[in-house]
Amino acid sequence: MNTIKKSKADRIFDVFNYSLMSLIVLAALYPLYIIVISSFSDPYAVNSGSVWLFPKGFTLEGYLRIFEYDKIWMGYRNSLFYAVIGTAINLSLTLTAGYALSRSDLVGRNMIMFFIVFTMFFGGGIIPSYLLVKELGMVNTIWSQVIPNAVSAFNIIIARTFFQTTIPKGLLEAAQVDGCSTTKFFLKIVLPLSVPIIAVIALFSAVAHWNSYFQALIYLRDENLFPLQIVLREILIMNEAQGDTMMLSSDSELKDYAEIMKYGAIIVASIPVLVLYPFIQKYFVKGVMIGSIKE
Amino acid sequence: MQVKKSTEMIAPTKTVIDPKRGRLGSLWKRIITNYELYLFLLPTLLYFTIFHYLPMYGMQIAFKNYLPIKGILESPWVGFEHFERFFASYQFLTVLKNTLLINLYQLLLAFPIPIILALLLNQIGSTKFRRMVQTITYAPHFISVVVIVGMLYLFLSPMNGLLNNILGFLGIEPIFFMGEPGWFKSTFVFSGIWQNAGWSMIIYLAALSSVSPELHEAAIMDGASKFQRIVHIDLPAIMPTIMILLILDVGNFMALGFEKVYLMQNALNIDSSEVIQTYVYKTGLLNAQYSYATAVGLFNAIINFVLLIAMNQFAKKMKQTSLF
Repeated sequence: MNTIKKSKADRIFDVFNYSLMSLIVLAALYPLYIIVISSFSDPYAVNSGSVWLFPKGFTLEGYLRIFEYDKIWMGYRNSLFYAVIGTAINLSLTLTAGYALSRSDLVGRNMIMFFIVFTMFFGGGIIPSYLLVKELGMVNTIWSQVIPNAVSAFNIIIARTFFQTTIPKGLLEAAQVDGCSTTKFFLKIVLPLSVPIIAVIALFSAVAHWNSYFQALIYLRDENLFPLQIVLREILIMNEAQGDTMMLSSDSELKDYAEIMKYGAIIVASIPVLVLYPFIQKYFVKGVMIGSIKE
Repeated sequence: MQVKKSTEMIAPTKTVIDPKRGRLGSLWKRIITNYELYLFLLPTLLYFTIFHYLPMYGMQIAFKNYLPIKGILESPWVGFEHFERFFASYQFLTVLKNTLLINLYQLLLAFPIPIILALLLNQIGSTKFRRMVQTITYAPHFISVVVIVGMLYLFLSPMNGLLNNILGFLGIEPIFFMGEPGWFKSTFVFSGIWQNAGWSMIIYLAALSSVSPELHEAAIMDGASKFQRIVHIDLPAIMPTIMILLILDVGNFMALGFEKVYLMQNALNIDSSEVIQTYVYKTGLLNAQYSYATAVGLFNAIINFVLLIAMNQFAKKMKQTSLF
């Protein structure tokens, strides 16, 4: 395509464009890099602002303190539990509903679709939802973390589009001629063909559960049920906003390590998402694109 | 864009009319043969009915004086009392102003930036470099709001935060970004751009990848520069995508990023950080004024819905793609 010699304007444009993109990459990476190197550095160096390119005074003290901080591990366990259960519920509802809605022979599917999509634009709000969850006896139980968000309209739409565009119609007809039931067809033929969408929805759902804090803030009182994000909020934000008791403590070493712990906590909390990142790269982008097909 | 399917929704499904049994009979038969599909849908429909439509029904407490012992139905009606109280309260103008300003700021800045970036990135010749930029810039999208706000406190600290260190290096006095009301909105919007611009780019890049290369080749033959091609070929090509996303964004106008606002809020910046949703949460759940908070929430939901419809009508008038 570029056999023709580039004009001067285009060359200037390219230089500008490559420089800008490189700058953006740096801007995206640098804050993350700082967190990583600070978590390994000597707290005094971090607090004096001299850690900006390489870690200084390498130490694992911050991490050791995190390992001794039980609340984080309890939060970790809870978050993993909510993410696994929540994702399982989300997957089973999304796939079955998405498949049913993808079938053109489903009577009333447009009405049902509208019934679901409408909730994306209008809702009862926090208070009526809270009263409902309370009425159902779910407040302060693990169910409050996985049932009120059991399935999302957006995921159903993505799944439906996927089934519509990738499962050949002839397959269903052939199966029906052979006397295969819908359930059997779905389990034995549709699902094995749908690995990409299963991965996308599982990832969407797992990351959303792992990262959510508000659902826990509203519905949970018992500290033993708190997910990691709530614990992180205490460590990272509450201290800052409300005058940390740890920070006011006379023990200055404790105070310094409290700062370093924050960096370490961010890293520790992000490990599960980091582990998923290669899969995310492979499937998430695809997921967003499926969502945008058939505009 | 997903909801675009609503046009398809309106198109009637083909109904085979069985002359013997009539239209209804055949419809019934088709429902019966596909009973398994309805069983597939049952849990999901139950979920939406219970967790989305029941709360809408529960919104009636906005017009009642909700008493927990009496329940939603038995509580006495009070008409528009809660709405009047909200409109008359000294916080009404503050929360309305903050909600509108934060969202407008966000829409004006955070909406166009991914479009511009996608248009520019699309012009990068090297596939490797393009892919690297994409992979790195969307990474922050997966960081939780709690961590993002925690990072803001760390990096923006007036004592030893990274940004203030840099400012100090340039001879500028440290700024207490998280405490000064004047900085709240900018901090909110720019951290949002850092986190989400790369992710939002993906959809536009997908739309750009379907632009026919022949158009570009013909334009190059005519001596068009890269910049001219962006403006005259690429931008019009992704206009429908832009419109749909704009409508969706406006449709979420009043709810945008409320969880993050709440985390960034503190006693010092409260004057510019209190928005309708945080006000609802505090009055409703923390102070247990259920009916009053529901009324405020309903007010918010209605404005939101009206904006969505208005934006959609506007798009239709401009002969652009619309949701419904």
